[in-house]
Amino acid sequence: MTADLLVPMFVTVIGAATPLLFAALGELVTERSGVLNLGVEGMMLAGAVTGFGTVVATGSHTLGMVAAAVAGAGMALLFAVLTLSLLANQVATGLALTIFGIGLSALIGARYVGTPIPAMPKLDLPGFTDLPVLGPILFGQDALVYLSLAATAGVAWFLSRSRAGRILRACGESDISAHSIGYHVIRIRYLAVLFGGALSGLGGACLSLSVTPMWIEGMTAGRGWIALALVAFASWRPGRLLAGAYLFGGVTIIQLYLQGSGLVQIPAQVMNMLPYLATIALLTVIAGGAWRGRLDAPACLGKPFSPPS
Amino acid sequence: MLWKIDRRRFLQGAAATTALVTASGIRAAQAAEPLKVGFVYVGPIGDYGWTHGHDLGRKAVEKKFGDKVKTTYVESVAEGPDAERVIRQLAQQGHGLIFTTSFGYMEQTLRVAKQFPKVMFEHATGYKTAPNMSAYNSRFYEGRAILGHIGGKLTKTGKIGYVASVPIPEVVMGINATAIAARRVRPDAEVRVVWVNSWFDPAKESDAAKALIDQGVDIMTQHTDSPAPLQVAEARGILGFGQASDMKQYAPKAQLSAILDIWAPHYIARVQAVLDGTWKTQSTWEGFKEGALVMAPWGDAVPAELRKEADAMVADTISGKFHAFTGPIKNQKGEVVVKAGERMSDGDLLKMDWYVEGVKA
Repeated sequence: MTADLLVPMFVTVIGAATPLLFAALGELVTERSGVLNLGVEGMMLAGAVTGFGTVVATGSHTLGMVAAAVAGAGMALLFAVLTLSLLANQVATGLALTIFGIGLSALIGARYVGTPIPAMPKLDLPGFTDLPVLGPILFGQDALVYLSLAATAGVAWFLSRSRAGRILRACGESDISAHSIGYHVIRIRYLAVLFGGALSGLGGACLSLSVTPMWIEGMTAGRGWIALALVAFASWRPGRLLAGAYLFGGVTIIQLYLQGSGLVQIPAQVMNMLPYLATIALLTVIAGGAWRGRLDAPACLGKPFSPPS
Repeated sequence: MLWKIDRRRFLQGAAATTALVTASGIRAAQAAEPLKVGFVYVGPIGDYGWTHGHDLGRKAVEKKFGDKVKTTYVESVAEGPDAERVIRQLAQQGHGLIFTTSFGYMEQTLRVAKQFPKVMFEHATGYKTAPNMSAYNSRFYEGRAILGHIGGKLTKTGKIGYVASVPIPEVVMGINATAIAARRVRPDAEVRVVWVNSWFDPAKESDAAKALIDQGVDIMTQHTDSPAPLQVAEARGILGFGQASDMKQYAPKAQLSAILDIWAPHYIARVQAVLDGTWKTQSTWEGFKEGALVMAPWGDAVPAELRKEADAMVADTISGKFHAFTGPIKNQKGEVVVKAGERMSDGDLLKMDWYVEGVKA
């Protein structure tokens, strides 16, 4: 393959990886605070349909992104009230949130089926975007792509360097200790869950505003579940998550290009397995290798907390 | 009357309803009761493709029979064990006629049909039948040949892209019909196939289309259910075909035409048969002739002369003068599989598992 093909291929990879990165990054923060929210798919769909509807109504992709984040956070708020304030089971509530999101987004979106919108504008820096090879990759993406990378760096810094991030992790590792030294565990978890919802909403908006600028019911097609799996495979670390999302997106796209080349005689079923196999293999190697760190899930993940009186 | 039920609510409600029906001993078809007709869909009715087409058929049944029928649909039912549960519950709820509208429901429909001998089942695109289970299908390949002809005439690069779903005879047949027709008018044409292993995944379908266009494809066709590949074709400035529904809104410039699935006549006929008590098991395979397939209005990019040729092909298909799988047909190795002048039998078509010459997959 030549650069002529590799560059557009990499651009397609970015499109496939960004929704996963957003959703998984949000879930990572949620889980590091000790809350397991399985409603990612539902929150993504809520974001996708709300973002889409906002663009139809206002014509502004920026407002669409904001609305998608707000819708995702709104779904997450529902989850937070049920699980954090009312102490409902997190697994069951998360599953219910996904089912609710699928139904609600279909209901809201019924009027948008068959309505196309313009795709999100790409950054175009005269002189830079035209550079060979790196130009279209580095300077030819839309705002969501840059935002996803900035968010990854921000979350990585927040969790490892900032005081607030350490407090959030403390809530995930030992809720009772965090509580006993005076932190408001429930409030912190609320914020983490809302942040997770907002990013899931943006992940959905990547699909409905950028990758396929249209609304169709169930258009996330299971990406919320992939995002959830990526968080665990990345052992709750943002850097590995970035690698995981791009690897999964990358192998998915590369196998499509290989099929399209008509040159490779590998059964399509095997090709379609590759992203899953490659991601599991690589992240297993990372987890077992020299960079091995703490791999366990946050100790309080999924456990309800009510402050002792 | 319409009962709009989504699958989850349906599953929750089903247990209660079943208990109620059993407890009160109500039989499904009392004289004054409307006939309950159930539909099981593989995608959402808002997919704007395959399932959308079936739902138009269901609505036509509602309109035609009014109070005499009551239709129920369950959407986004996964192929496999989940489907069996849904089909069984429809049967238990007293539906007299159940349409299951995806290939992957065949075994499940058959199993439930054996358990409910008084309920009539109609399974789409499969090949198994039972005394109370019919098979119905459309000759999509007839339409695919038209697409191949137009694509072969209009391609500049000689590469036609094909976003394919799952490798079953139905889909392989469509790919082959496209390739044969394209090579008849453009002998060096090739059909580049990308399998996404899903009927419905808009983002992946769009990625597959991008992979094809980046490698020189300039005509896009698809056998997946969303308008995503055609939308990519529009955005990249190439031409393409819609799938199952008219997708012109998504590709006003790019859409050359689309094969429209018209299920209403079949659904109305079969509901009528149950109402009249004349329903018998059958296996039907209908095409242009019976009105089960229609070509969407030609797009602006189809020149007048080509429209005439395509219209003539449709007419010749209807009259029986033209058959998409007429020899000589060679396989990928270049060996003649169907001799010159011979036509492939329906039986051979329905188990087609090999590619013709010109298919790159």
